[in-house]
Amino acid sequence: MTTLAAVVGVGQTHHRAKRGDVSMAGLLREAVDRALADAELTFDDIDAIVIGKAPDLFEGVMMPELYLAEALGAPGKPLLRVHTAGSVGGSTAIVAASLVEAGIHERVLTVAFEKQSESNAMWALSIPVPFIMPVHAGAGGYFAPHVRSYIRRSGAPTHIGAIVAAKDRQNALKNPFAHLQNPDTTFESVMASQMLWDPIRYDETCPSSDGACALVIASEDAVQRSGIKNPAWIHGTQMRSEPTTAAERDQVNPHAGREAAAALWKQAGITSPIDEIDCAEIYVPFSWFEPMWLENLGFAEQGGGWKLTEAGETAIGGRIPVNMSGGVLSSNPIGASGMLRFGEAALQVMGEAGEHQVDGARKALGHAYGGGSQFFAMWVVGADKPTH
Amino acid sequence: MRDVAIVGFAQRQMKEFDGSPTCVELLVPIFAELFEQTGWTKSDIDFWCSGSSDYLAGRAFSFVSAVDAIGALPPVMESHVEMDAAWALYEAWVKIQTGLVDTALVYGFGKSSAGQLRRVMSLQMDPYTVTPLWADAVSVAGLQARAGLEGGAWDEEQMAAVVARSMSDATGNEHAIRSRTTTVEDVLAQPMYADPLRRWDCAPVSDGAAAIVISAADTPAFDRFPGQSAWITGFEHRIEPGALNSRDLTVSTSTAAAGAAAGVDGVDLAELHAPFSHQELILGSALGLGDDVRINPSGGALTANPMFTAGLNRIGEAARQVWSGGSQRALAHATSGPALQQNLVMTMEARS
Amino acid sequence: MTDVGTLHAPMKVEFDYTRSLGPTLSEFMTGLKRRQILGGKLADGTVAVPPPEFDPQTYDPITELVPVGSEGVVQSWVWVPEPVPGQPLDKPFAFAQIVLDGTDRPLLHAVAVEAPDQIATGQRVRAVWAEETVGAITDIRWFEPEGDGPATVPGPEGEAVNGIIAPVNLSYDYAASPEESKFFRGLADGKLIGQRCPVCEKVYVPPRGACPVDGVPTTDEVEVADRGTVTTFCIVNVPFTGQQIPIPYVSAYVLLDGADIAFLHLILGIDAADVRMGLRVKAVWKPRDEWGTTIANISHFEPTGEPDADFETYKVHL
Repeated sequence: MTTLAAVVGVGQTHHRAKRGDVSMAGLLREAVDRALADAELTFDDIDAIVIGKAPDLFEGVMMPELYLAEALGAPGKPLLRVHTAGSVGGSTAIVAASLVEAGIHERVLTVAFEKQSESNAMWALSIPVPFIMPVHAGAGGYFAPHVRSYIRRSGAPTHIGAIVAAKDRQNALKNPFAHLQNPDTTFESVMASQMLWDPIRYDETCPSSDGACALVIASEDAVQRSGIKNPAWIHGTQMRSEPTTAAERDQVNPHAGREAAAALWKQAGITSPIDEIDCAEIYVPFSWFEPMWLENLGFAEQGGGWKLTEAGETAIGGRIPVNMSGGVLSSNPIGASGMLRFGEAALQVMGEAGEHQVDGARKALGHAYGGGSQFFAMWVVGADKPTH
Repeated sequence: MRDVAIVGFAQRQMKEFDGSPTCVELLVPIFAELFEQTGWTKSDIDFWCSGSSDYLAGRAFSFVSAVDAIGALPPVMESHVEMDAAWALYEAWVKIQTGLVDTALVYGFGKSSAGQLRRVMSLQMDPYTVTPLWADAVSVAGLQARAGLEGGAWDEEQMAAVVARSMSDATGNEHAIRSRTTTVEDVLAQPMYADPLRRWDCAPVSDGAAAIVISAADTPAFDRFPGQSAWITGFEHRIEPGALNSRDLTVSTSTAAAGAAAGVDGVDLAELHAPFSHQELILGSALGLGDDVRINPSGGALTANPMFTAGLNRIGEAARQVWSGGSQRALAHATSGPALQQNLVMTMEARS
Repeated sequence: MTDVGTLHAPMKVEFDYTRSLGPTLSEFMTGLKRRQILGGKLADGTVAVPPPEFDPQTYDPITELVPVGSEGVVQSWVWVPEPVPGQPLDKPFAFAQIVLDGTDRPLLHAVAVEAPDQIATGQRVRAVWAEETVGAITDIRWFEPEGDGPATVPGPEGEAVNGIIAPVNLSYDYAASPEESKFFRGLADGKLIGQRCPVCEKVYVPPRGACPVDGVPTTDEVEVADRGTVTTFCIVNVPFTGQQIPIPYVSAYVLLDGADIAFLHLILGIDAADVRMGLRVKAVWKPRDEWGTTIANISHFEPTGEPDADFETYKVHL
């Protein structure tokens, strides 16, 4: 690393099923303006922009960053567009961080967005391909069989998913930006909701949201020169990928996620994640992925993730609070969902998470995954500068 | 900055690739060729990065299957940009600069012939006020060409000279898909197509894939590398506004700014990514290239323009010239977006 | 159908996108619905049509819109000899950059003329409005050379326009890889043809252009059985656009006997609630005269009646 980097500004939109009040440009500008204000900066202070979103087919615009250049304050500056499937929000933040860590730029604005109401993600992900049987039914249809495999392998009771869903929806009530704001969602109501992609119930699935997230990432020098007193220092970033399908590929506990996490903990000087990480924002679009990723990330042994969930250890106040913001289960602007995890982790160690703040959070994990559980992006941020 | 060199380049181009839109079949032999050039294996590559477009392929996540060509188990550190792979190379170069990785293999691919390319490209315009008119890529370039012709920035003969030189030079490039020894007079004798553009003023629809390997100097893998290196001396890119009416289309301020930041002094050769003949003229003046700079010895994008790869190809072609001693200090350029909206400049040199 | 080369089939990507507009574009589109063109006032004092949402220099939102003329001057133009679907005219025409009266920056739109010699830079043109306006850029059908015809008739007041519908319809020629093509051709003969990776020796069904572990094409052909084991599955209960199978249905990974990778297919002939991991199933082929080069030749899989496979036999395939 040439220099340390830190998050100095976090901004996000109010996420809703349809943000009919704004265009795509207006949507992401809402997040950008908030991030710049949070960092006490203007566009003039920004050296480069890195933008990410999921497939262009979602909005029907090819490389929308081209038309969005003015809204991003990008003219005259370098702009990169990242696309790594569902992990993109995380990968985008990592690319932005690397521009600072490499010593190339001092302050980088990074943005991720999705305006899902422009089309229909189920359609975009299920366009029939010739010669192939159209049995896929969107992301839920893709992931449900792997959830079933997890349940079989771990011996988890079948109500674990509902615990996660109820917890995240209750957490969302503490987050004014969250899409789903339903005080009546309880463990019982989740259990009673329809089986959509059996074994995944309706209330165990993420919503489809319009939303955006933006971060400002600055170098150690730039942080020192700024008035920011509580930056979120980046302690480590990792990305790993593997094929969608391969003979004997583990789709429940993917190798790429395990390897990324191991490298991340090493980079951040962490030997026991559950003891040293104060809270985690993990990409959980279907409730069961909380216990699955707890294991994949090394917070629990294989087969033990669900026990943490069942014991309430992933609730705020538990041993490893997960998705204090309400997570992807409460807001899912797909392309932005990963960056929201990264940004919420930053907010926690900045002490700016408001009602969903974990007391005394000093180190937090931001995590995203995409494709067929094959692309992983993650970072550790801390209230203190990394010491190793 | 760490010293980073281009150490491998392989490419495939054709009018119509008879294979899958993921182009995996093209990437497999390209990767094999790169391992032969470098003497390395998959495990010597620390970072993989690619550039491609879902809309070119007509499906979401088109880049996902391309990962198969890597053979990505055990998993790899990997990323993707929805841009020409020249920008993927930039991301990889940045990653090397952070010190997290030492080597990278960057690839791009695209099957333009799968759809109607110029119509697909109209989805790059403003989605509210321009795309509903399906303003296609050739038309937008034509508006730019006429603005320069009638504004006195260039003339028809200059455009024809670009075409004649490119097509003639392409006769020496086995990868070119349009080549012919021709003259300015021959070009001007061709009928108008999208007035003021003749067909030869427009890059041919091209399919293809390409890949480049870069390495930091201070690494064990580089110590084992037997071949020539092209050392990266400058690497910059800039974007301009999206609204066409917010730009003077006859100049390229983003190319000029990227060139100034990268440092173009002393280059003796330039590979410019100009899918339309007049765009080479715009780029040449934006970069201030003198008559002594050899432009596009490969024939350039006018003779093969595989989308999302053609910019990376310019870098590879410039590197080949540096490797062979054809250039001491070369410039490579890539473009993206309507009418040269976004531009990237890399400079490189030979070292003894 | 030939036996060489790759299999091709048309593929359509079609959706009518619903775009919300935000304040600036809403006002502009509402103007168009009323046959009134509005320009945006930029920070440098110039007026632009369409009004940008954000200023190209200050990046501030554009809030002031002013009425401008529906006539103007051609600043640059290009001939469109072969129009593509969706363009304003389906016969040759010109796209032009038109500086409308009262504006400083050109609008990109079509000009309807018969031949390139009928248009020139500096020429005056005027908007031709659609009979029925909806609040979209296409409410201006095109521009035409200015003549003596009737002036613009204002449209109805109408409600404010907050959104547009933007149809995107693209046609692609989809090609399978050479390895997949062999598989699909095999299906046309009622066979399931896999290939073995020459490095790891795993059998892939369908075969692959690149073994995802080794990065080399699969090679040696292996015919696998049309029966196998359900490794895992889900019961689909959700309707969605483009869905081709009635719900509820079971979508399952079937590990064919002799293959090293499972593939997705439908399970019928058993109550969805009774489908289980390890269930032994066999292919139910459609009548032979309905066969093509597609996996859909297999209508579905149904239970064989054999005892369930032991978890140990397929647990590495999850």
